[in-house]
Amino acid sequence: MQKHLLLGVEAIAQGAIDGGMSGIYAYPGTPSTEITEYVQHSKQAVARNIHREWSANEKTAMETALGMSYAGKRTMVCMKHVGLNVAADCFLNAAVTGANGGIIVTVADDPSMHSSQNEQDSRVYGKFAQIPVLEPSNQQEAYEMSRYGFELSEKLGTPVMLRITTRLAHSRAGVEIREEVKENEMSLPKNKKQFILLPAIARKQYKLLLSKQEQFEAEGETAGYNQIFEGKDKSLGIIACGIGYNYLMENYPNGDCPFPVVKVSQYPLPRKMVTKIANECDKLLILEEGYPVVEELLKGYLEKEAVIGRLDGTLSRDGELNPDMVAKALGFEVKEGAPVPELVAPRPPALCDGCGHRDVYKALNETIASYGQGRVFSDIGCYTLGALPPFESIFTTVDMGASITMAKGATDAGLVPSVAVIGDSTFTHSGMTGLLDAVNEKSSITVVISDNESTSMTGGQESSALGHLEAICEGLGVEKDHIRVFTPVPKMHDEMCKIIKEELEYDGVSVIIPRRVCIQKATRDAKARKAAKK
Amino acid sequence: MQKLEKLQKNNLNKIKLKEMKTDIVLAGVGGQGILSIAAALGSAALDNNLNMKQAETHGMSQRGGDVQSFMRISDKPIYSDLIPKGGADLILSVEPMECLRYLPYLKEGGYVVTNSTPFINIPNYPENEELVNTIKALPNHIIIDADTIAKEEVGNVRAFNFVMLGAASPFIEIPFEYLEEGIKALFGKKGQAIVDMNIKALHAGRKFAEENR
Repeated sequence: MQKHLLLGVEAIAQGAIDGGMSGIYAYPGTPSTEITEYVQHSKQAVARNIHREWSANEKTAMETALGMSYAGKRTMVCMKHVGLNVAADCFLNAAVTGANGGIIVTVADDPSMHSSQNEQDSRVYGKFAQIPVLEPSNQQEAYEMSRYGFELSEKLGTPVMLRITTRLAHSRAGVEIREEVKENEMSLPKNKKQFILLPAIARKQYKLLLSKQEQFEAEGETAGYNQIFEGKDKSLGIIACGIGYNYLMENYPNGDCPFPVVKVSQYPLPRKMVTKIANECDKLLILEEGYPVVEELLKGYLEKEAVIGRLDGTLSRDGELNPDMVAKALGFEVKEGAPVPELVAPRPPALCDGCGHRDVYKALNETIASYGQGRVFSDIGCYTLGALPPFESIFTTVDMGASITMAKGATDAGLVPSVAVIGDSTFTHSGMTGLLDAVNEKSSITVVISDNESTSMTGGQESSALGHLEAICEGLGVEKDHIRVFTPVPKMHDEMCKIIKEELEYDGVSVIIPRRVCIQKATRDAKARKAAKK
Repeated sequence: MQKLEKLQKNNLNKIKLKEMKTDIVLAGVGGQGILSIAAALGSAALDNNLNMKQAETHGMSQRGGDVQSFMRISDKPIYSDLIPKGGADLILSVEPMECLRYLPYLKEGGYVVTNSTPFINIPNYPENEELVNTIKALPNHIIIDADTIAKEEVGNVRAFNFVMLGAASPFIEIPFEYLEEGIKALFGKKGQAIVDMNIKALHAGRKFAEENR
């Protein structure tokens, strides 16, 4: 069979398309972005007109997907791990409503924080919601589980989480793809009250969710993704979750691991398999990418089981797994290789040459200097790089939208003026409600919406803010005279400083919108135009 | 009987020697295009029924930071997407300082093939002489001015990535024709001229490596 060279995220997207998905909903976020992009560029998806537009944030994406499930069709919602915090309200309640059409919540975690502000483990959310979680160990499984996830969701009437981490998301391998399944016809839920979470109904729905737990577990024993492998040496049993299994087997290239192994790719844990190796082995080594979720569960608070892993220092407590860490845990000698020569300098990412954010920070630094340091609150996006030299302009970056609200909180405490720097896409993702709070209290903050007309850090996706910013700010009640728009280019420097100074002096909410298209996007668009002419 | 066993063992060793497995660290700076090298290699491997895994860097570091891609090709199943330390057969770097960042991954006897043109976007970039001397002190290395070769011999500086792949090709356990096929698969849609240019670059790099290893 012809194999296709796919990233883990692309395998998920292709699996969802072939699995009869009618709509994908997402907000871009590394390492999940390419799932939706793949669907957007797929000829199959275009031909079937699968819904594939970006959502304003993960919450709207999750809710819209649940609406599609309500109407009986298969749908996937995708996000990075911290995006699930934004979608969490709907996510947890969707576990209680249950599903009609199959719904998969695909979450890409980023242990080691390659491109993130924390390394939270979404399996904890899966447990929190008490729904099945699928965790593929390779690209082929990612494809299969995307298809299987829809079947499981419909069979058991529950949302299903598909959890991956950075390495699988952004690693390519050959994937065999199969025939596509027809999309569902529209059909409303049989139980007309299922989605009305009034307390009286929610209580029934919640009992229903609890009653399904046994089925969820049974499915993990029989679906075939969890596997038990016999081993002669019972001094150790190994539970290898997701891509932890790969790092285990990397140490036994001929497949000759002497210890009994349970490969876990579906949760709740397969109790029979786990109990079997726990009973026959002296101790258990748990290999999992992320938090010690399984390890804590099996070890227990009273540590009645001999369990080793991340908690006792056998493996590092934080960061992603790698073959060397696992080799060491198995008692193999780890090769070191030559050290990195001292002359090798760090090369951190930086704002692009010609990027408008550079001009904004230059003007802001100059203007704010006389007020003293520590007044600029920022957000999540390319402009976060303003924290690094040569700018060192910003003092906070916490979560999507927090620049505006934290600046407001600081002015409430007396730090006047305070400045928020936020991007256009981040503003419409989670900044608007915070701005409303500031307007309602006439807080003395200056909000800089550094508008590059694109969601750039993740690769230049369409921004929901495009063409709406002034109207949104006015609609929220920002005074028209204090919405200042200009083009951030070097020759505008003095003018920019003057405008920023005026608004810093204003005792109330100001919004400054420096607007110039992302330099990367401009280059790409120019290339595309040139190609189209040919 | 003993003789036969010995013979069998020898044969087995020969077969083992012939097994196809290459682990490569591709290195460079975000935006330099190491992923096009990876794509051609990946396509070459897959179309010839070899297993491959290739882990790459997306997101924040693509903004001018250091980037790497782990490329693993084998005729046996490949488990880990990451290469263990001291396990890489080859470091293929399109930038001289970046080849050194991944030395902990290079195995004993492994090769470093690097472009000599520095990409300087940081204030504390090392002095060129010191940098070149450090690379030259490595036991197995090839330093190639891929930019100049691409410009002068191929006629387009943008082909430097495939000059680099050509220079690394003697150390990759894939028949050279497969790499040509990989380039055809990758650039076929862009027209014969682009395919020819990149294949020419591949040959130019190969020639340099053979004359200078």
